[in-house]
Amino acid sequence: MHQSDVIVVGGGLMGAATAFFLRKRGLSVTLLERGLCGQQASGTNFGNVRRQGRFLPQLPLANRSREIWGRLPELIGEDVEFIRTGHLRVGYRPEHVGMMEAYRDNAAPYGLELELISANALRERFPFIGPEAIAGSYSPNDGHANPRLSAPAFARAATRAGAKVVENCEVISIERGVEDFRVETKTGDIYRAPMVQVSAGAWGGRMAAAMGEPVPIQVKGPQMGVTEPVPYAITPVLGVTTKDLPEVIYARQVTRGNIVFGGVGHGPADLDTIRARVRPEVTLQQFGQLKRIVPALAKLNIIRVWSGIEGYMRDDIPVMGPSAKVPGLFYAFGFCGAGFQLGPGVGDVMAELIATGATTTPIEPFSIARFAEKA
Amino acid sequence: MAAPRVVIVGAGPAGVRAAERLVAAGLRPTVVDEGMRAGGQIYRQQPPGFTRRPEELYGTEAGRAVAVHGAFAALAGRIDYLPETLAWNIEPGLLHVARDGVARKLPYDAVILATGATDRLLPVPGWTRAGVYSLGGSQVSLKAQACAIGARVAFLGTGPLLYLVASQYLKAGVEVAAVLDTSPASARFKALPLMASRPGLLVKGAALMWKLRGVPILRGVTPLAIDGDDSGVTGIRVKDAGGREHRFAADAVAMGWHLRPETQLADLAGVPFEHDALSGLWMAQVQADGRTAVKGVYLAGDGARILGADGAEIAGTLAATSVLADHGIQVPVAEVVELIGRRAVMDRFRRGLLRAFPWPGHLAAAVPDDTLLCRCEAITAGELRRSASDLGAPEVNRAKALTRVGMGRCQGRYCGPAGQEILAAARGVALPEVGRLRGQAPVKPLSIATVVPLGVEDA
Amino acid sequence: MGLVIDGEPATALAGDTLLTAVLTNGRQLRVSEFGDGARAGFCLMGACQDCWVYTEDGDRLRACSTPVAEGMRIVTKGATWPRLG
Repeated sequence: MHQSDVIVVGGGLMGAATAFFLRKRGLSVTLLERGLCGQQASGTNFGNVRRQGRFLPQLPLANRSREIWGRLPELIGEDVEFIRTGHLRVGYRPEHVGMMEAYRDNAAPYGLELELISANALRERFPFIGPEAIAGSYSPNDGHANPRLSAPAFARAATRAGAKVVENCEVISIERGVEDFRVETKTGDIYRAPMVQVSAGAWGGRMAAAMGEPVPIQVKGPQMGVTEPVPYAITPVLGVTTKDLPEVIYARQVTRGNIVFGGVGHGPADLDTIRARVRPEVTLQQFGQLKRIVPALAKLNIIRVWSGIEGYMRDDIPVMGPSAKVPGLFYAFGFCGAGFQLGPGVGDVMAELIATGATTTPIEPFSIARFAEKA
Repeated sequence: MAAPRVVIVGAGPAGVRAAERLVAAGLRPTVVDEGMRAGGQIYRQQPPGFTRRPEELYGTEAGRAVAVHGAFAALAGRIDYLPETLAWNIEPGLLHVARDGVARKLPYDAVILATGATDRLLPVPGWTRAGVYSLGGSQVSLKAQACAIGARVAFLGTGPLLYLVASQYLKAGVEVAAVLDTSPASARFKALPLMASRPGLLVKGAALMWKLRGVPILRGVTPLAIDGDDSGVTGIRVKDAGGREHRFAADAVAMGWHLRPETQLADLAGVPFEHDALSGLWMAQVQADGRTAVKGVYLAGDGARILGADGAEIAGTLAATSVLADHGIQVPVAEVVELIGRRAVMDRFRRGLLRAFPWPGHLAAAVPDDTLLCRCEAITAGELRRSASDLGAPEVNRAKALTRVGMGRCQGRYCGPAGQEILAAARGVALPEVGRLRGQAPVKPLSIATVVPLGVEDA
Repeated sequence: MGLVIDGEPATALAGDTLLTAVLTNGRQLRVSEFGDGARAGFCLMGACQDCWVYTEDGDRLRACSTPVAEGMRIVTKGATWPRLG
């Protein structure tokens, strides 16, 4: 029998950070992870620590998370390669400039300052940007980090802070008892706690449904790739402001030299086989967009592609907050391929919510109740 | 029933014989090969304009090389041949290739992966110095470029190729500083019963040793370091079986411990893998006739099992007969039975070789902490060990994610086998428990300049 | 055949790979990106990827599988990417 104040189901970045911050608040916590911490969406994503372009009501949470990223590595005692590099989005057509201006104006009240850059200034400051770009929107305080390291580092920090982190331990059922939840794992163990957080990423939908709260979630894989290492020349994270998915590309160069990229589309992912695939034609389409945003990339080779399993909500907004039906149950999943930056903030906010019953950062727009109301 | 569309990857002995057999049955296969000319690595052809005789290039194997080249030449006009073409990815029914910056999709009903092998390596302190080459590569250099890797070359590793290449260098007038074999002399006697399956090869082996008389040959060595300065290799140090240290001055080192199959495409195609205890390698699961668990995917040659060039020819023909049979095209039963019988003899010899010249897993596990393990990313053995001890990595893919070992340009081809040993030893578990590096596309670096031509529809 | 290696004129034989051509004229092909010194190729069969060289224009060539061509301008002592306008 294992008893704690909280059971966190899922050791991605959300779950690992929640476990860490729960310990900071003095609650005992058990984290149950099916495989290894941070293997799927948390470990395979692009590594963007980006606020620019987010759904506006998400910005308070993103700001809180950005503040935590800035306290790494001291906070968790490990370096996850976060660097503030700035985040630059370019536009190719006049309507993109309009979108950039509107977003800048709307984001300003949330404290996100964005600088619009004209074509000439763009090429002067960022000479690697291609001639098709007619404007840029620059967010100076955004940056990037290493997703392969981040969730495992938070999980280890949680362990050092006293959390019990159990890997290779798949949860097969969650039942609400009179006092405690009873969580059973494939290994045959029973864990009990008065509070449970489901932060199981793309698998979160099944768990929520089992608790009587079905949600419209789709499972997809990001289409990632990386070049060979070359001299460090591209400082900001790059992206495109556009409504057309086929011209979406994002890229960042790590200080070691490799350029990580993704975009254009998604690939198939499977919850049961736990496999996600990169579609070869997407890789080739990405080449076209990479050359468009940074023509010099045409000189380079890619050396690896990968994917992972991500959960996308129908409305592109995550599920985060208390259950609308089951007291003591909390959710943080379905981050729609955009959860990495939010991760530390989600952990901090969820720990606050679980420990105090309220949050100082608004999270109502992410409530699971929004799907029940529509049903 | 329409003729099946068959794509063969690789134009070495296996690919050539597979194509030949399919053509004989009236099919028109597509042959995709990275090389400029057919022959693979083992029967690599010299560039146009080079005029050395086959006997100079291929030695005792000249007859076989000429036969394979001749067989391929005879197929001209009856196959679709795509040389200098990289098969960079595969999906069910579609092979993705690129040539000269242009990408194409090749639809297939059956694909025969005859992707060959590369040297299996063990990191040694100093092995990234200029002047250190793979053993197979050292042979290729001599064959295809008439170029030795150095003026005074030391040979380190194990297996018959070690002695063969050393003798070829000697014959080419290069000074052989030493042949340094990690296998103890005693292993050879234990393996005799299996190796007796091919007495002819045993005789060739004895002749080889005669050619190498006068060259210092040490067996049962432990490599210590490849020494050098800013400009490259200056020598090599080993400990002999009795614990005595030896140093040989050399300006180049050739090193290799047998071959390992190139299995990236098989992996991407979803072929299951199994751990082979004898070689310590993960191998694609394949039947003697080349069939795999994945419909439409067949393996042949050293890319499946290291049977050598003549074994690859048999495996290539066999895989072709399997493709034919699976598409309702008659194949004489006697032909298949005979081929499988000959293949079995070679497989028995292969197992004998692995006993006579064992992979020194214990040496891999003992590589010093500060030795570079991953050449591409310059990651040391110690960093990999720390991923186990400090970061809890239970298997190689996790260790790769945390340390970058196997994440570089070569995709773990050269650090993978030793990395598994190091991780298993660091965790104190059996080798199979740390798993294998999962394959990721592209099979080799792919230029971002690569384009998909508009309006081109593949048949 | 004439080529230029690190700004110096050099000669090679037709049929040489770029690797053979460069190493006939010197002992290194490239510098490791991670500070551990010079590299001169390794597998010689297009597998290890340890022989990629830069051209003066910032192009990348795998030396062991690229035939040398008249007028090639090769850089072995550093990187020429990115070359911007």
